[in-house]
Amino acid sequence: MLISDNLKEVRTQVQRRQLANGIFAMIGLLTILVALIILLGLTLQLLIQGAPRLSWDFFTSFPSRKPEQAGILSAWVGTSLVMLVTALAAVPLGIAAGIYLEEYARKNWVADIIEINVTNLAGVPSIVYGLLALGLFVYQFKLGESIQTAGLTLALLILPIVIVTTREALRAVPNSLREAAYALGATKWQTIWDHVLPCGLGSIMTGVIVALSRAIGETAPVITIGALTFIAFLPDSPLNQEFPYLPLTGSFPWINFEQLFGWLGAAFTVMPIQMFNWVSRPNPEFQLNAAAAGTVLIAMTLVMNGMAIYLRFLFRRGVKW
Amino acid sequence: MKLKRNTGFLGGLFALVATTVVTTGIEVNSQSTPTVKIDGSSTVYPVTEAVAEEFQNAKAGAIQVTVGVSGTGGGFKKFCSGEESVQTDISNASRPIKPEEEEACKAAGIEFIELPIAYDALTVVVNPANPVNSMTVGELKTMWEKAAEGTITKWNQINPSWPDAPLTLYGPGADSGTFDYFVEEILGKDNDIRSDFTPSEDDNVLVQGVSRDPNALGYFGFAYYEENQDQLKAIAIDPGDGTPVLPSGETVNNGTYTPLSRPIYIYINKASLAKPEVKEFVDFYLQNAPTLVQEVAYIPLPTEDYEKAIERLQNAETGRVPLREGL
Repeated sequence: MLISDNLKEVRTQVQRRQLANGIFAMIGLLTILVALIILLGLTLQLLIQGAPRLSWDFFTSFPSRKPEQAGILSAWVGTSLVMLVTALAAVPLGIAAGIYLEEYARKNWVADIIEINVTNLAGVPSIVYGLLALGLFVYQFKLGESIQTAGLTLALLILPIVIVTTREALRAVPNSLREAAYALGATKWQTIWDHVLPCGLGSIMTGVIVALSRAIGETAPVITIGALTFIAFLPDSPLNQEFPYLPLTGSFPWINFEQLFGWLGAAFTVMPIQMFNWVSRPNPEFQLNAAAAGTVLIAMTLVMNGMAIYLRFLFRRGVKW
Repeated sequence: MKLKRNTGFLGGLFALVATTVVTTGIEVNSQSTPTVKIDGSSTVYPVTEAVAEEFQNAKAGAIQVTVGVSGTGGGFKKFCSGEESVQTDISNASRPIKPEEEEACKAAGIEFIELPIAYDALTVVVNPANPVNSMTVGELKTMWEKAAEGTITKWNQINPSWPDAPLTLYGPGADSGTFDYFVEEILGKDNDIRSDFTPSEDDNVLVQGVSRDPNALGYFGFAYYEENQDQLKAIAIDPGDGTPVLPSGETVNNGTYTPLSRPIYIYINKASLAKPEVKEFVDFYLQNAPTLVQEVAYIPLPTEDYEKAIERLQNAETGRVPLREGL
């Protein structure tokens, strides 16, 4: 009697909780769906609005006051080159810092201070990095209002993200792997370079690419350091037009470094600036250009994120623990 | 593990190939291509962009022109900077240079030549469904001043002949030069603007706001009105003498559309004029300004003024000197 009564009560309680559980799951699903549908709607609208302008000419034309002739050549080349500099600066530095902090640094108050600072820096508004870069790179180091300055500025911006993801990736590598390597007589560096790093590389790459996709949409810091709005020429090419294409000179050191790295100092613009300029134009036809540029920017970000997912898949395939 | 390292290497190689592709598609410009550096106001930008575009087409890439948009103040900061990598040859300005900016230029040893290049007429607009056609400067002041905040909420509170309908206001945000100019001309130097209006730095938002709301009023540059004439109605402004005037090329030029028309300028570094590319560009600018200004929906100056400007350029007259009264 007593037991069956209890059982009944337990059953109704379980049912109630299951109902609550179901309702919560529904609410969660609904929230996600609403968010996704709105996002998808906005993206589709952008795509449909911009689609008629997305032609080969759009990618190979410079900006113009005539909307049907205007293109994004200087903007996408600028964005690509800035991203290249950003990646070249932030990735090695960030991964190295992550390795040091995770594998080498002693756990003491210095490490604590560094850790707190790195985490805080990840949350600093991007315009602050722009102001820092204006003072440091433009006025102090005299790097000019150039691709190298923009690349380094955005590298500073994403460095904390790279460091934090590297540390997390390395922390996820099981200690048994390190111990096994030591047991076979490997040095610390051999252990890290040959075993720990390859295992964590998938997650590290994902972090790097997600960080880069954040940098690609940044406008404020790039404007602060002097990105242009109208520029109808491209940086000098590091390569010659004729065979063997390499920038060689007749005398020692046989490589024309000025030609090879000249583009670093070139003036530039980036995609978000071009897009914003078009959005604020009085002529309504420029809105189509802005939508098309937005579509290209979203596609660039999607491709980068897709690469991150693929790389993670590639690196995780053989790893089991 | 060996295989994994290889894939990493492949990723790197992919990046390298991608960049090579990016960079080889690029036309080679020799390192020494002369460049004209311009920065400054977003209001002047469309005019300078049009000139730069035509100039580069005419020169077939022999001279490069870059135009940035850091605002009139930001532009002067670069123009008058002692730092050579930041310094510009020409600064776009939607207002004359301020005394403190002149001081900065002097401190950096920079002399400038001021050339007015066009007019921008601030245009007050309402929805086409609105029966109001004109208003006085005083009425605009009553509508926008700080004292109106929360109290003037209906059209007929300002003028009894206006509709008994709620008043919704749209205007540029405080960062804009247009905002500064409107506040100074309509409200006076020491007056504050009411804060219960819809501000936007993007004038297209203002256009849309007014075109969708029959009770709305807004103001912005003439170009935005001209491009959207089918959705907006311009208000004739009565400066106080009883004759309301609509903004147009003619009324701005003969000085009857006051006080909301303003000249816009370019400032040229005198030392830069020694460079042939800058000289050529400025000459081209003044020769083509009358047609190009009109094309981007701004209002050109009278022909005599362009002639005077060309003369000033030839004589390299420096300093903040009005070309004639009102410029």
